[in-house]
Amino acid sequence: MKTSQPIDAFGRDLSQEVKESVYSSSKAKYDKRIGALNAGYIAPDSLRKLAGQIKQHTLENLPSYLESAIGKLEANGAKVHYAKDGEEANATILGIMNAAGATKLIKSKSMVSEEIHLNAFLENNGCESVESDLGEFIVQLDHDMPSHIVTPIVHKNRQQIATTFEKMGLGDYNDDPTTITRRARTYLRKKYLEAEVGLTGANFVSAESGRIVLVTNEGNARFSICANRIHIVLVGIEKLVPRDKDLALFLNLLARSATGQQLTVYTQFINGPKAPDQIDGPGEMHVVFLDNGRSEILAGEFQSILRCIRCGACLNVCPVYRQTSGHAYRAVYPGPVGAVLSPLLAGKRYPEFADLPKASSLCGACNEVCPVDIPLPELLLRHRNKSKLEHIQKASAGTPPLGGWAVLCSTPSMWKSTLTLGKVMDYVPMKLVPVPAVQAWTQTRTLPPFRGGKFRGWYKEHRKHDSGNNQ
Amino acid sequence: MIPANRIVGKQVQFMITCLCDTFYDHVAQASVELLEQVGCLVDVPDGQTCCGQPAFNAGDWESARKVIRHTLRTFTGDQPIIIPSGSCAHMVFHGYQLVFENGTDAEKEAARTLAGRTWEICDFLVNGLGIQTWHGRFDGKISLHRSCHTRGSNTYSAALQLLRSIDGVEILEFDESEQCCGFGGTFSVAYPNTSAAMGTLKIDKLTAVKPDLIGAVDMACMLHLSGLAEKQKRPFRKMHVVEILLQALRNAPTNPPVIHS
Ligand code: SF4
Repeated sequence: MKTSQPIDAFGRDLSQEVKESVYSSSKAKYDKRIGALNAGYIAPDSLRKLAGQIKQHTLENLPSYLESAIGKLEANGAKVHYAKDGEEANATILGIMNAAGATKLIKSKSMVSEEIHLNAFLENNGCESVESDLGEFIVQLDHDMPSHIVTPIVHKNRQQIATTFEKMGLGDYNDDPTTITRRARTYLRKKYLEAEVGLTGANFVSAESGRIVLVTNEGNARFSICANRIHIVLVGIEKLVPRDKDLALFLNLLARSATGQQLTVYTQFINGPKAPDQIDGPGEMHVVFLDNGRSEILAGEFQSILRCIRCGACLNVCPVYRQTSGHAYRAVYPGPVGAVLSPLLAGKRYPEFADLPKASSLCGACNEVCPVDIPLPELLLRHRNKSKLEHIQKASAGTPPLGGWAVLCSTPSMWKSTLTLGKVMDYVPMKLVPVPAVQAWTQTRTLPPFRGGKFRGWYKEHRKHDSGNNQ
Repeated sequence: MIPANRIVGKQVQFMITCLCDTFYDHVAQASVELLEQVGCLVDVPDGQTCCGQPAFNAGDWESARKVIRHTLRTFTGDQPIIIPSGSCAHMVFHGYQLVFENGTDAEKEAARTLAGRTWEICDFLVNGLGIQTWHGRFDGKISLHRSCHTRGSNTYSAALQLLRSIDGVEILEFDESEQCCGFGGTFSVAYPNTSAAMGTLKIDKLTAVKPDLIGAVDMACMLHLSGLAEKQKRPFRKMHVVEILLQALRNAPTNPPVIHS
């Protein structure tokens, strides 16, 4: 069907195979999530609300929590950097590598590094940057983009992966998942040993202790910081939690919301670089706090999106994401969280992404599952209002203008006469009505018979009858 | 979001909703008759039009405000306002407050006051009037669609509670009950492919368990679902919950009594 919205078109043209795998993996994760939450807690909903409040409190006091975290990290022996945007963050990371004479970096999964296109930047500057998360590794081999923030290759099947492995010289074609994993493992083991620098993100940073918290299911974050000299942590400034003990709540919610696990397989708490009495580990640790538009978001009406702990639950439950896949959103963060965040992170290029907040029926399922209770539908609505005020064509394409309707609805006499006149609509062949919205509706749906004014007529009679009875 | 101590009482105002005013007069009529059955005196303010949601959801808050101001002027007084739509009620609770975020104190106050009077009809019966069980009989297996805008409200649980208490009613469990019907107002025409795919999937799930009818607490979802189903030549029997409740009373072996809470 004709459509003026790119996400709708993307979903329409998506292969049945990809659609099926996105749908079934989303549904499976949603079901597991519910199971895990209900098995573990009597009132999981109140935990979500609590986590949301803690994160909101953190955001409202971010400068002081950041200061505290930085103080602790430095006291623990880490070097702390602040990067105002992606360019600065990339330059900082390259600077650290250059200063150490390092050219080989191994990475554990980090959405922030996707956000600033770190891999491409390092490669352009003569460095090697290897993804160690299996999904991200496959994305990197394919020069593809992740389509989900937790499970980056939901859009791929194992046949495609096997073909890629064959092409990249990782062995003959073999699409057995165990073989695929073993091959990646053999390849990556070498890379772990060769790398001079290990780069990770951070799922949480405790303001109280400066502890960096990392969760993975493959143990690759731990491996990434075992055999090398330097550990670089790249983290958004919003990833703070006030106290160590808050982590109990967040780690439990994150794993359950993301994958339906009670806890991820590996959880690392990293205090700082190797202490003199420790046998191994990187002797140098850098923490790069990335702003990249976050301060601006913090100060505005979209603040609560910064509570996000990147669990992906809002993607998994979203009916639009399920129909269209992550790549439809043309940005690093897809789904409802992406529809809110991506236009904001785009800065001056906001208009290019102004259609994203329209990719929602505002059903509210995302808010219902969000472990930090972000009012995602409200934020989508705020974007729509903003785009309308700024006359951004990309957002309004396909949406019928409603100015005339508003006049009708604030003029009762007009409303009532339209109701009674509307009867003629029943005799108009809808195919011929030259209004795009009507056509878009009637291509796949019928309209019920027009009954305008009938209720009002009934009610008038009913009241007459009633008052008659009362006399 | 929903005010804590909303106004209760048996002298009520009824909000028709634009969809019932245009297409589903029988639902509006059933609502009024039902309210009268439980002892309410129902007034229907004549100047009412629409709650303003289409423009609000489309992002045209300027137009939405125009319509909302009209609604605020139309529903004067301090009686409860009863709405046969979870979605329009949600609009009053949420949208009305949001569009006047930067408005005058008077506008904010008016929006807050209206929210404090507003009830979706099933929520009103159970949590406003305190009716816990329903009288009468209705024979049928029902897939009850959970309209999205009732999330975070008591509407769905209230509807379930009343329906389950009726002799002869069987409420069916079906897959993906949390999923949307795909309507979403202007979304349905701006995203015609996605919207129709969502609705088709929803119809699959609702009908897979072979219900005698599909029930809903909102005719907007029904407009979409039944419109799609008809076009796909698989129409289904549909009823708003108020119609089922009223029918149950009429099927009662004794004359329908006025239900007192
Ligand atoms: S917005 Fe909420 S549900 Fe979505 S990824 Fe972030 S934390 Fe998870």
